[in-house]
Formats: sequence, C-alpha cells, structure tokens
Amino acid sequence: MSLLESIRIALGAIRGNALRSALTILMIVIGVGCVIIGAAFGSGTQAAVQEQMNTLGTNVLSIWPGQSFGRGGVASSNRVSLTIDDYDALRRDSQFLSAVVPELRSGRQVKFGNKNIYGTVTGTTPNYMAVNNRELTHGRMITQSDLAARRRVAVLGYSIPTSLEFAPTSLLGRDISIGRIIFKVIGVFAEVGSSYGGPSVDDAIYIPLTTARFRVFGSDRLGSLSAEVKENIGVDMAMVDIERVLRREHKIRPGDPNDFTIMNRGVFSDMMQSITSTLSTYIIGILAISLLIGAIGILSIMLVSVTERTREIGVRKALGATRGNILTQFIVEAITLGALGGLFGIILGWLGSEAISSQFDMPLIVEMQTVLIAVAVSVSVGFLAGVWPAYLASRLDPIEALRHD
Amino acid sequence: MFENEEKRFEVRRIKLWGSYKPTRSIDKTLMATPDPSASTDSPPAGQVIDLQSIHKNYDMGSETIHALNGVDCRMEVNEYVAIMGPSGSGKSTLMNIIGCLDRPSTGEYWLAGENVSKLNDKALARVRNRMIGFVFQTFNLLSKSNALQNVETPLLYSGIGRRERRNRALEALERVGLGDRTFHKPSELSGGQRQRVAVARALVNDPAILLADEPTGNLDTRTGEDIMALFEELYSAGQTIILVTHEPEIAVRAKRHIHLRDGEVTEDYLVENG
Ligand SMILES: Nc1ncnc2c1ncn2[C@@H]1O[C@H](COP(=O)(O)OP(=O)(O)OP(=O)(O)O)[C@@H](O)[C@H]1O
Ligand SMILES: [Mg+2]
Repeated sequence: MSLLESIRIALGAIRGNALRSALTILMIVIGVGCVIIGAAFGSGTQAAVQEQMNTLGTNVLSIWPGQSFGRGGVASSNRVSLTIDDYDALRRDSQFLSAVVPELRSGRQVKFGNKNIYGTVTGTTPNYMAVNNRELTHGRMITQSDLAARRRVAVLGYSIPTSLEFAPTSLLGRDISIGRIIFKVIGVFAEVGSSYGGPSVDDAIYIPLTTARFRVFGSDRLGSLSAEVKENIGVDMAMVDIERVLRREHKIRPGDPNDFTIMNRGVFSDMMQSITSTLSTYIIGILAISLLIGAIGILSIMLVSVTERTREIGVRKALGATRGNILTQFIVEAITLGALGGLFGIILGWLGSEAISSQFDMPLIVEMQTVLIAVAVSVSVGFLAGVWPAYLASRLDPIEALRHD
Repeated sequence: MFENEEKRFEVRRIKLWGSYKPTRSIDKTLMATPDPSASTDSPPAGQVIDLQSIHKNYDMGSETIHALNGVDCRMEVNEYVAIMGPSGSGKSTLMNIIGCLDRPSTGEYWLAGENVSKLNDKALARVRNRMIGFVFQTFNLLSKSNALQNVETPLLYSGIGRRERRNRALEALERVGLGDRTFHKPSELSGGQRQRVAVARALVNDPAILLADEPTGNLDTRTGEDIMALFEELYSAGQTIILVTHEPEIAVRAKRHIHLRDGEVTEDYLVENG
C-alpha cells in the first residue's frame, strides 16, 4: 500500500471525526502560531537594529550620566550629572574625537493653534545632524548663529506635524509654543523609525543648546552626549580618552568608579542581541510546552481511537492488512494530525504577524526557516505521539479485535 | 436422507459407548475423499483444504479448553459446505483456522497445497488477502467508508493500482446487484444491502474460499433468503463456499453438511437434494 493511500485513509479518519481532530490539534496550532509570531518579532527586531547600526555607524559613542550597572542599563542619580562644562571639556581636551554633540532634554507642552501635545524638547548643536546621520525633509537645521544669538527656533521631529494635525510645509515659518515660549519652526526632520529603548526621536523637537539652557530649562544638565571618533582611531582609545577628560573634570580620585557611562553602538547591539536571545528562550519554552501538550493530546486521542476502532483493525486484518499496514496507518494518521496542526499554526502565526506589524508599526518578519522548523517539529510531534498507539493497534489479535464491540 | 438419519443415530450411540471415534469412518463411507496419506506430499488436483488432526486448545489457567479436538477434513474446489453444531462446539474456531486468522495448536492445515499452519503473521495476512473471503454475521463494514471503498480495501492491501482497484470493486458490486449504491455509506444501506457489500468485498480478490460465519444471522428471513440465493449463484459460478449456520433452512442450501460437537466432527455427509 502506498504512502499516498495511507494519507488518504488518514485524512478520511480525521474528517470522520472533524471536531475531535480539530480540538486535538488546537494546542499545536496555538503553539506553532505563538512561536511563529515570536520568531517573527525577533527577526524583525534584529533586522531593524542592524539597519540602525548601518545608518549610524559604529564610530559614535554615547555618554550618559550615572554609573552603569549590569549590561546596558544606567543608574540615574541626582548627585551625578553630565553638564555643559563636560561638553566644553571634551571639545577642548580630548584628542581622538572629531565631534561632540550635547543633548539637553526635557519634556514640555507644545502648542500650535488649539492643538496641544507633550513632546521631548532637546537642546543641541548644529553637528547633531551629521553625527546622528539625520536628514531634513523641509527647511534647515539650527546654525551656529542661532546658537550664538540664543534664537527661539525649532526643528521638528518627523511625527510632530502629524501630531499637530498640520502639513509640514505649512508649519515652516510659523510660531509654535514650547512651554509657553514662542518658537519659530525652521525645519522638519526625515523619519528615523522605531528607536528601541526610549521614546522615538521622531517625536522630539530640537532647539539651540543655548536657548534650551538659558531660556527654556534654565539648567545645564545634559541628558546625554554623543561623540564621534576620529577616523583611523580605535573606539577603545577614544573611550579611554573620554574617561580621562571626564574623570579629571569630575575630580574622581584614582580607584573610585566613574560617575558616567560610555557606550558604543556595539553595546546597544549586544543589548538587543541579549533581548532577542531572551525572547528566543521564551519562544523555545512556549514551543516546548505547547508541543508537549499537543503531543499528549494526539497521544491520548490516538489511544482512544485505537480502542474505538479495534473492530475496524480486526476487519482490516481479516481482509489482509499486515501489522506493518496497521502500524503505518496509525502513524500516518498521527503525523497528519501533527502536520495539520503545524499548517494551521503557520497560517495563524503569519496572519498574527501581519496584524501586529500593521497595527503597532513594528517590524515582524516571518522567515522561511521558522516555517520549515515548525513543519518539521509538528510532524515529529505527530510521529512520536503516534508510535505507541500505532504499535498497540498493530499488535491486536484479529479474532479478539473482531469480537470487540 | 433417511440413511443419514440412521447414521447419525448410530454415531450418537457409538459416542455414548465412548472409545470409538466415528468421524473418520463416516467420512470414508459417505465422502469420495482421496486417501489422506497421499495429500501430504502433493495434493490431489481439485483439493483446496486439508485439515489433519487439528487441535485448538485454550489454556485457562486451571483447565485447558479443547475448542477443537482432532478435526480431520478435506474439501475440494467448488464445494458448498455448511458447518453446523450447538453453541460452543467450535464452529467459529474452525472457521478462524480455515480463514487463517488463527493457527491450530497442533495438526496441519494445507490450503491449496501449502502448509499454512506454521506461517508467520505476515504470511498469514497475505494468505487471508489472496485466498480467503470473509463474510461476517455483523457485516463488519468500515462505517466511515462508502461501499466502493469498502470493497476496494482488500485490493489496497494487495498493492493493486488505483484504476484497477476501482474497476474490480465496481465489478464485484455489480455482481452482488449493488452497482447503483457505489457511493453509499453503510449507514445509508439496508441490512441486506450491507451484507451484499460484504460479499462483494469478500469476492473482490477472487478468493479460493468464501467463508461465512452465520451470514444471515442478523437478517430477516426474506433478506436472508436473498443472500442465500446470491451464494447459490456464486456456487454455480464455481465458488467454493463454507458457511456456519444454526438454521436448517439455510443449511439445506449447502451440498455438504459437517456437524461439530465438542470440537469434534460427528457427522460429515453430502446432501442429495441440494
Ligand atoms: N479466546 C478463547 N479463549 C478461551 N476459550 C475460547 C476462546 N475462543 C473460544 N473459546 C472456547 O472454545 C469453544 C468453541 O468456541 P466457538 O466460538 O468456536 O464456538 P461456536 O461453535 O462458534 O459457538 P456459537 O455457535 O455460539 O458461535 C467454546 O467453549 C469457547 O468458550
Ligand atoms: Mg460462533
């Protein structure tokens, strides 16, 4: 008897018990669906991080106030801070940096007409744009003369015009109020996309550092600093350089720890990698649990099925079925159940990924590899769950089986 | 008939006396069976079944049940045999052995010149598939499959291709007069029609013997008659048939009667008026 015939008989048996079969494979459908979505999330995140790395380059370091703990996180404390003096010191004393960009940040109410939103306001310098690889869609960036004159001019993040329900072009040259101070819109940034960790830069508004310090916030505490490393200089050397300057500036005694943290993009990527790998662990966990439950489901249904169909087995044997035929029939049936579960799971996962992608503006990528693994795993689950019941079925004595009712 | 009656009476009397085993002598006087000693080497042409002192014992712990207690019997091509006897006399046990669903505890069973009493499970399955057609009292159709698929099943296990399978199954259904019920499920058929499907299924692989254990047991008299008429037709076309029955009206259709009692053949005779 050919495999195709066995599959046909299996499908017949499954269809004959459609509802029960559906319930049996439900756990596998859900499990595979979750795993597909999770894996798609992982792949999407990784791809996005990769893209961000590619656009930002690896020669930019960020400096954050506070001591680093563990991996990636930064403890913030009121005592330790990064100030504009540090920014000046780095510009003055560092040997290996080609550019230093300060970011003086705070949340403020932003008003235009009768629209009122809450946004991050960042005071920065003209070189912010080049160092962070940003582009403008409209207007111009802050200039040195804006900085010198402490002008009230603002460059908007990509999402701000939309939030204010206004076209970017018609906002140019208009006045908006930032924390009750009137600013003139001079430019709009191009979209960056998701930022991973923190609010998106698309939602921020950029103003001259001096204006932020003296007219808006009245503080010289920086949210962070970016530093671009000179060409042909190793990132490690630059980090040592920054450390030297800042420790002297902060008067930290030898042996005492830094009160600031220097991160390069590699650390970000490591962070994302570790998040993704944590995610994969969870995915594997979900997969294992749901497949275990799915396998138990198939196993118990197959055992019931063998008992229920004892007479059928007897009849088939009387008609000339060998043990091998019966064994194959039930294993193929279990595998078919598993495969159907996998198939519907993939469809569910794919639809779910599409939905999440479009609903939450997150990149989810369903990879062929994941799909193939899902198919292979669900088929194996079916096989493993089917072996024992199939063996029992094949061992039935035809006479007793025929007498069974 | 009268002679038979007398013989049977004599058998009982002899049995009461105990020591003498009447089976063989009656067999010899009434049947034109060839000498059994010759059959071991090369079966005479025309012989399909040769049972040689078949025993079937069931070990039930404290006691051993002798379901068959030395059955000797030969049957030829195109015989129509009815096996009769009281409940528990071993009829089904004998049918199971003849049908290769079971192996004798001791003794030899030669089917169409092959000693099948020592075959392994796989070989027995093959013999059942090619040589035997079963008809059961309870029909035993596959309930989820339609008539055609039911009839195709034995051919599936013979590894016959899709098209030929279909053609042969259709032919068999035509033969039992169910050409117009091909795609009906058993639940959509009457009892008589179900049994016809079962007969078609038994015939589809062109078996050496058709075995029927009380084929009319679950049918009303009229439908039972129909099935018996079908058997008659098959017999006329050359089919070898062995059936088990309680009912004398059914048994008279057969050409030879074998009576079992306590696992032994007590009578074995030809029916003249068949
Ligand atoms: N699997 C078994 N285990 C133990 N004893 C058995 C088994 N099968 C049959 N027997 C015994 O063997 C004897 C013959 O049984 P069998 O089924 O052949 O009788 P039968 O002639 O077909 O009876 P009936 O007319 O009621 O169908 C009975 O005594 C029965 O109890
Ligand atoms: Mg019986």
